[in-house]
Amino acid sequence: MRDGQVVKGVRFRDHVVMGDIMDLAARYREEGADELVFYDITASPDGRSVDRRWINRVAEVLDIPFCVAGGIRSIADAEEVLNFGADKISINSPALARPDLIGELAQRFGTQCVVVGIDSREEDDGYRVYQYTGDPDKTKHSGRLTGDWVREVQERGAGEIVLNCMNQDGVRQGYDLPQLRQVREQCTIPLIASGGAGEMTHFADVFRAARVDGALAASVFHTAAINIAELKQYLRGQGVEIRE
Amino acid sequence: MNPADIALIDGGGANIASLQFALARLGRTGVLTTDHDIIRAAQHVILPGVGAARDAMERLERAGLVDIIPTLSQPVLGICLGLQLLFDASEEDQARCLGILPGTATLFDATPELTVPHMGWNRVYQARASGLLEGVADGAHFYFVHSYALPVGEFTIGRCDYGREFSAVVERDNFVATQFHPERSGTNGARLLANFLAR
Repeated sequence: MRDGQVVKGVRFRDHVVMGDIMDLAARYREEGADELVFYDITASPDGRSVDRRWINRVAEVLDIPFCVAGGIRSIADAEEVLNFGADKISINSPALARPDLIGELAQRFGTQCVVVGIDSREEDDGYRVYQYTGDPDKTKHSGRLTGDWVREVQERGAGEIVLNCMNQDGVRQGYDLPQLRQVREQCTIPLIASGGAGEMTHFADVFRAARVDGALAASVFHTAAINIAELKQYLRGQGVEIRE
Repeated sequence: MNPADIALIDGGGANIASLQFALARLGRTGVLTTDHDIIRAAQHVILPGVGAARDAMERLERAGLVDIIPTLSQPVLGICLGLQLLFDASEEDQARCLGILPGTATLFDATPELTVPHMGWNRVYQARASGLLEGVADGAHFYFVHSYALPVGEFTIGRCDYGREFSAVVERDNFVATQFHPERSGTNGARLLANFLAR
């Protein structure tokens, strides 16, 4: 989400408008998506919060769970998002800026609705966490190793981790299986793979090879390159347990 | 107060909007309340629950509802924590609950294969026939978000397996409850809510 519209970039840059949020939400629900995630990518770099009225409209039409990310920096922010009807909140840059936020949110709302998004990229010395990835000019290295941060957010009460593998994002070459496998070993809470899906086989690969609990994708669904109903049919045929 | 309305017992949890929207899609209205008269007069009562067991029980106690809820005679639906509150107790903070159903909610053991909370879609198998599950396929998927669960017992009508078997749907007289969130369980969840509201 940027300025009220659904956008998608390539490696977190050059975003193009993909469509109206309500149309896409309804379409994905019809196709059989198990959960939707809405990111306001402009919220954190601008130092402002997301305009949250659309959450209420989305909650009105959706009968599947959905998560909202973007500019949630406080209990009050989270409360507003949840009261508007979101099931989960996802925090990324604000958690890096103030890690205590994870525990505060978990204490107040329960670990089950606190998702921590981690933008991670491979460097010479291993996987590292990036922040403010919504805006290429403000994106910066957080100074943390991905493995350390994965352990810390779990200890602080995160209920789920979405790992955005930045090297793979929007390039449709497949999920970052080595990185996801490594994080899976350190992760006792649900782990969602994000970044890199281009073909149906990529989804089967990530469930089999990295044992993730969910696979998130954007471009391939927004462009209708992959239909969710057909994808789920395919995955069932591949022996992946998935909702009918 | 229109007595046709649904009383949603206000346990202080966030995220009541999704439940209210689900009821609205079925053409009904839920009123969030702790008012004893409204709750007693409502055609249907729903006990939603998000949060921790002891905290929720303390809120019900402060609202004077702990003695009222077990005496309700209209159809009552507990959802998620609302299911656990209908039982004797929960291991979570050693909370004493409403005691309408026998049993104690216990924590899932996290393993590398099974993460806790149990969060996501899982299959519900019907333990015995109930109008609540009419039109819902045996083994249909529902959306769960919880860390504690009740064992399968005498009043279980739907069971689920997550490392161990637990009660996904229970029924005792006018009290029914689901461990999953029907308001977030797509078409199957809407059917279950409609079945409840048709009672």
